[in-house]
Amino acid sequence: MARTKAKVVENLCVACGTCVDVCPVNAINILKGMFARVDDNKCVGCGKCERVCPASVIDMIEKESVS
Amino acid sequence: MAKAKNKYWYEYLYIVSIAYLILGVFNILFAWLGMLCFAIPLIISLVGGGKTYCNKFCGRGQFLHILGDKFNLSRNKSMPRFMVSKCFRYGFLAFFMTMFASMIFNTYLVFSGTNELREAIKILWTWRLPWNWVNTSFASPWIAQFAFGFYSMMLTSTILGIVTMILFRPRSWCVYCPMGTMTQGISKLKHRNEVQ
Repeated sequence: MARTKAKVVENLCVACGTCVDVCPVNAINILKGMFARVDDNKCVGCGKCERVCPASVIDMIEKESVS
Repeated sequence: MAKAKNKYWYEYLYIVSIAYLILGVFNILFAWLGMLCFAIPLIISLVGGGKTYCNKFCGRGQFLHILGDKFNLSRNKSMPRFMVSKCFRYGFLAFFMTMFASMIFNTYLVFSGTNELREAIKILWTWRLPWNWVNTSFASPWIAQFAFGFYSMMLTSTILGIVTMILFRPRSWCVYCPMGTMTQGISKLKHRNEVQ
Protein backbone atom coordinates (compact mmCIF):
# COMPACT_ATOMS: atom_id res chain seq x y z
CA MET A 1 0.00 0.00 0.00
CA ALA A 2 1.34 3.39 -0.97
CA ARG A 3 2.10 5.66 1.95
CA THR A 4 2.01 8.88 -0.03
CA LYS A 5 -0.48 10.55 -2.33
CA ALA A 6 -0.24 13.44 -4.76
CA LYS A 7 -1.76 16.76 -3.79
CA VAL A 8 -2.11 19.69 -6.20
CA VAL A 9 -1.79 23.30 -5.07
CA GLU A 10 -4.93 24.19 -7.04
CA ASN A 11 -4.49 27.92 -6.69
CA LEU A 12 -1.19 27.82 -8.61
CA CYS A 13 -1.90 24.95 -11.02
CA VAL A 14 -1.75 26.05 -14.67
CA ALA A 15 -3.93 23.14 -15.89
CA CYS A 16 -1.51 22.18 -18.65
CA GLY A 17 -2.41 18.50 -18.36
CA THR A 18 1.16 17.15 -18.23
CA CYS A 19 0.36 15.23 -15.03
CA VAL A 20 -2.75 13.69 -16.61
CA ASP A 21 -0.61 12.22 -19.40
CA VAL A 22 1.89 10.54 -17.09
CA CYS A 23 -0.45 9.21 -14.41
CA PRO A 24 -0.38 5.41 -14.75
CA VAL A 25 -3.75 4.93 -13.05
CA ASN A 26 -5.70 7.85 -14.57
CA ALA A 27 -6.17 9.39 -11.15
CA ILE A 28 -5.84 13.01 -12.31
CA ASN A 29 -8.38 15.18 -14.10
CA ILE A 30 -8.33 18.78 -15.24
CA LEU A 31 -11.49 20.24 -13.76
CA LYS A 32 -13.26 22.48 -16.30
CA GLY A 33 -9.92 23.87 -17.50
CA MET A 34 -9.20 25.43 -14.11
CA PHE A 35 -6.80 23.11 -12.28
CA ALA A 36 -5.79 19.49 -11.86
CA ARG A 37 -7.37 17.39 -9.14
CA VAL A 38 -6.18 14.01 -7.91
CA ASP A 39 -8.62 11.23 -7.07
CA ASP A 40 -7.32 10.11 -3.67
CA ASN A 41 -8.91 6.69 -4.05
CA LYS A 42 -7.06 5.96 -7.28
CA CYS A 43 -3.66 7.59 -6.58
CA VAL A 44 -0.95 5.03 -5.93
CA GLY A 45 1.62 7.59 -4.83
CA CYS A 46 4.16 6.83 -7.57
CA GLY A 47 5.27 10.49 -7.77
CA LYS A 48 5.44 10.66 -11.58
CA CYS A 49 3.15 13.69 -11.67
CA GLU A 50 5.29 15.51 -9.12
CA ARG A 51 8.40 15.00 -11.26
CA VAL A 52 6.85 16.27 -14.52
CA CYS A 53 4.75 19.18 -13.26
CA PRO A 54 6.30 22.24 -14.97
CA ALA A 55 5.00 24.54 -12.26
CA SER A 56 6.10 22.22 -9.43
CA VAL A 57 2.73 22.55 -7.75
CA ILE A 58 2.23 18.85 -7.00
CA ASP A 59 3.45 17.60 -3.64
CA MET A 60 3.62 14.06 -2.37
CA ILE A 61 2.11 14.04 1.08
CA GLU A 62 1.53 11.40 3.73
CA LYS A 63 -1.62 9.43 3.03
CA GLU A 64 -3.02 10.05 6.50
CA SER A 65 -2.88 13.80 6.04
CA VAL A 66 -4.95 13.79 2.83
CA SER A 67 -8.14 15.65 3.62
CA MET B 1 5.69 -7.31 -21.75
CA ALA B 2 4.25 -3.83 -21.59
CA LYS B 3 1.30 -3.30 -23.87
CA ALA B 4 1.91 -0.63 -26.53
CA LYS B 5 -0.28 2.42 -25.93
CA ASN B 6 -2.63 3.27 -28.78
CA LYS B 7 -1.84 6.73 -30.03
CA TYR B 8 -4.50 9.21 -31.01
CA TRP B 9 -4.23 11.41 -34.12
CA TYR B 10 -3.80 14.54 -32.00
CA GLU B 11 -0.65 13.16 -30.39
CA TYR B 12 1.13 13.86 -33.68
CA LEU B 13 0.30 17.56 -33.80
CA TYR B 14 3.91 18.42 -32.92
CA ILE B 15 4.61 17.68 -36.59
CA VAL B 16 2.27 20.56 -37.50
CA SER B 17 4.15 22.91 -35.17
CA ILE B 18 7.50 21.98 -36.69
CA ALA B 19 6.07 22.21 -40.22
CA TYR B 20 4.71 25.69 -39.44
CA LEU B 21 8.17 27.01 -38.54
CA ILE B 22 9.72 25.38 -41.63
CA LEU B 23 7.02 26.66 -44.01
CA GLY B 24 7.64 30.20 -42.76
CA VAL B 25 11.21 29.94 -44.01
CA PHE B 26 10.02 29.07 -47.51
CA ASN B 27 7.17 31.54 -47.64
CA ILE B 28 6.38 33.98 -44.87
CA LEU B 29 2.70 34.09 -45.84
CA PHE B 30 2.24 30.67 -44.21
CA ALA B 31 2.60 32.56 -40.93
CA TRP B 32 -1.10 33.42 -41.21
CA LEU B 33 -1.89 29.79 -40.35
CA GLY B 34 -0.62 30.58 -36.84
CA MET B 35 -3.86 32.45 -36.24
CA LEU B 36 -5.40 29.01 -35.74
CA CYS B 37 -3.24 28.62 -32.60
CA PHE B 38 -4.87 31.80 -31.31
CA ALA B 39 -8.43 31.16 -32.37
CA ILE B 40 -8.91 27.46 -31.59
CA PRO B 41 -7.93 27.54 -27.86
CA LEU B 42 -10.04 30.66 -27.29
CA ILE B 43 -13.08 29.17 -29.05
CA ILE B 44 -12.73 25.89 -27.13
CA SER B 45 -12.54 27.64 -23.75
CA LEU B 46 -15.34 30.08 -24.63
CA VAL B 47 -17.71 27.24 -25.50
CA GLY B 48 -16.92 25.52 -22.20
CA GLY B 49 -14.23 23.08 -23.32
CA GLY B 50 -11.75 24.41 -20.75
CA LYS B 51 -8.12 23.79 -21.59
CA THR B 52 -8.71 20.89 -23.95
CA TYR B 53 -6.44 22.58 -26.48
CA CYS B 54 -3.51 22.71 -24.01
CA ASN B 55 -4.24 19.22 -22.69
CA LYS B 56 -4.61 17.46 -26.03
CA PHE B 57 -4.03 19.52 -29.16
CA CYS B 58 -1.10 21.83 -28.43
CA GLY B 59 1.61 20.87 -30.90
CA ARG B 60 4.14 23.16 -29.26
CA GLY B 61 3.61 21.52 -25.87
CA GLN B 62 4.11 18.11 -27.44
CA PHE B 63 7.21 19.35 -29.28
CA LEU B 64 8.76 20.70 -26.05
CA HIS B 65 7.86 17.48 -24.23
CA ILE B 66 9.60 15.40 -26.90
CA LEU B 67 12.72 17.60 -26.85
CA GLY B 68 12.92 17.64 -23.07
CA ASP B 69 11.80 14.14 -22.22
CA LYS B 70 12.55 11.86 -25.16
CA PHE B 71 15.72 13.70 -26.26
CA ASN B 72 16.67 14.38 -22.65
CA LEU B 73 17.50 18.04 -23.32
CA SER B 74 15.87 19.35 -20.15
CA ARG B 75 17.65 19.82 -16.84
CA ASN B 76 14.37 18.87 -15.13
CA LYS B 77 14.76 21.50 -12.44
CA SER B 78 11.93 23.36 -10.76
CA MET B 79 11.07 26.80 -12.08
CA PRO B 80 11.70 29.77 -9.79
CA ARG B 81 8.58 30.40 -7.71
CA PHE B 82 8.06 33.89 -9.10
CA MET B 83 7.61 32.47 -12.62
CA VAL B 84 4.70 30.37 -11.41
CA SER B 85 3.01 33.30 -9.68
CA LYS B 86 -0.15 34.84 -11.10
CA CYS B 87 1.66 38.17 -11.16
CA PHE B 88 4.31 36.91 -13.59
CA ARG B 89 1.86 34.90 -15.73
CA TYR B 90 -0.62 37.74 -16.16
CA GLY B 91 2.23 40.22 -16.50
CA PHE B 92 3.69 38.19 -19.36
CA LEU B 93 0.23 37.96 -20.92
CA ALA B 94 -0.08 41.76 -20.74
CA PHE B 95 3.38 42.20 -22.26
CA PHE B 96 2.59 39.70 -25.01
CA MET B 97 -0.71 41.39 -25.83
CA THR B 98 1.03 44.77 -25.96
CA MET B 99 3.50 43.37 -28.47
CA PHE B 100 0.59 41.85 -30.42
CA ALA B 101 -1.17 45.24 -30.49
CA SER B 102 2.05 46.89 -31.65
CA MET B 103 2.30 44.33 -34.45
CA ILE B 104 -1.30 45.05 -35.50
CA PHE B 105 -0.51 48.80 -35.47
CA ASN B 106 2.54 48.24 -37.69
CA THR B 107 0.31 46.29 -40.07
CA TYR B 108 -2.13 49.22 -40.09
CA LEU B 109 0.68 51.68 -40.88
CA VAL B 110 1.64 49.60 -43.91
CA PHE B 111 -2.01 49.24 -44.91
CA SER B 112 -2.51 53.01 -44.75
CA GLY B 113 0.66 53.66 -46.72
CA THR B 114 2.43 55.49 -43.88
CA ASN B 115 5.16 52.85 -43.63
CA GLU B 116 6.73 50.57 -46.18
CA LEU B 117 6.85 46.81 -45.86
CA ARG B 118 9.83 45.62 -43.83
CA GLU B 119 10.97 42.21 -44.93
CA ALA B 120 12.53 41.16 -41.64
CA ILE B 121 11.85 38.96 -38.63
CA LYS B 122 12.31 40.40 -35.16
CA ILE B 123 13.74 37.89 -32.71
CA LEU B 124 12.86 38.37 -29.02
CA TRP B 125 11.32 41.75 -29.91
CA THR B 126 14.87 43.10 -30.30
CA TRP B 127 17.04 41.70 -33.08
CA ARG B 128 16.02 42.26 -36.67
CA LEU B 129 16.83 39.40 -39.02
CA PRO B 130 16.59 40.03 -42.79
CA TRP B 131 14.02 37.67 -44.34
CA ASN B 132 13.81 38.87 -47.91
CA TRP B 133 14.41 35.81 -50.05
CA VAL B 134 10.76 35.17 -50.87
CA ASN B 135 8.72 37.13 -53.38
CA THR B 136 5.61 38.38 -51.58
CA SER B 137 4.61 40.87 -54.25
CA PHE B 138 1.52 38.85 -55.19
CA ALA B 139 0.01 39.71 -51.80
CA SER B 140 -0.86 43.14 -50.43
CA PRO B 141 2.03 44.65 -48.42
CA TRP B 142 -0.05 44.73 -45.21
CA ILE B 143 -0.79 41.00 -45.54
CA ALA B 144 2.94 40.34 -45.80
CA GLN B 145 3.67 42.76 -42.92
CA PHE B 146 1.25 40.93 -40.64
CA ALA B 147 2.85 37.62 -41.63
CA PHE B 148 6.34 38.92 -40.74
CA GLY B 149 5.04 40.22 -37.39
CA PHE B 150 3.15 37.05 -36.58
CA TYR B 151 6.01 34.76 -37.56
CA SER B 152 8.36 36.87 -35.38
CA MET B 153 6.03 36.33 -32.44
CA MET B 154 5.72 32.59 -33.03
CA LEU B 155 9.48 32.17 -33.47
CA THR B 156 10.23 34.27 -30.39
CA SER B 157 7.82 32.30 -28.22
CA THR B 158 9.27 29.03 -29.54
CA ILE B 159 12.76 30.22 -28.58
CA LEU B 160 11.54 31.20 -25.10
CA GLY B 161 9.84 27.80 -24.81
CA ILE B 162 13.01 25.97 -25.78
CA VAL B 163 15.18 28.02 -23.39
CA THR B 164 12.86 27.36 -20.44
CA MET B 165 12.53 23.71 -21.52
CA ILE B 166 16.32 23.38 -21.24
CA LEU B 167 16.65 25.35 -18.00
CA PHE B 168 13.66 23.90 -16.16
CA ARG B 169 11.16 21.18 -17.10
CA PRO B 170 10.06 20.14 -20.62
CA ARG B 171 6.71 21.95 -20.59
CA SER B 172 7.82 25.00 -18.58
CA TRP B 173 6.55 27.22 -21.41
CA CYS B 174 3.01 26.06 -20.50
CA VAL B 175 3.34 27.85 -17.15
CA TYR B 176 3.56 31.30 -18.74
CA CYS B 177 2.13 30.64 -22.21
CA PRO B 178 -0.19 33.61 -22.90
CA MET B 179 -2.79 31.38 -24.57
CA GLY B 180 -2.76 29.02 -21.59
CA THR B 181 -3.14 31.91 -19.17
CA MET B 182 -6.02 33.34 -21.22
CA THR B 183 -7.89 30.05 -21.62
CA GLN B 184 -7.46 29.23 -17.93
CA GLY B 185 -8.71 32.72 -17.03
CA ILE B 186 -11.76 32.26 -19.28
CA SER B 187 -12.42 28.80 -17.78
CA LYS B 188 -12.17 30.16 -14.24
CA LEU B 189 -14.60 32.96 -15.06
CA LYS B 190 -17.05 30.59 -16.71
CA HIS B 191 -17.00 27.89 -14.07
CA ARG B 192 -16.09 29.82 -10.91
CA ASN B 193 -19.15 28.63 -8.99
CA GLU B 194 -19.24 25.06 -10.27
CA VAL B 195 -16.24 23.34 -8.67
CA GLN B 196 -15.54 23.27 -4.98
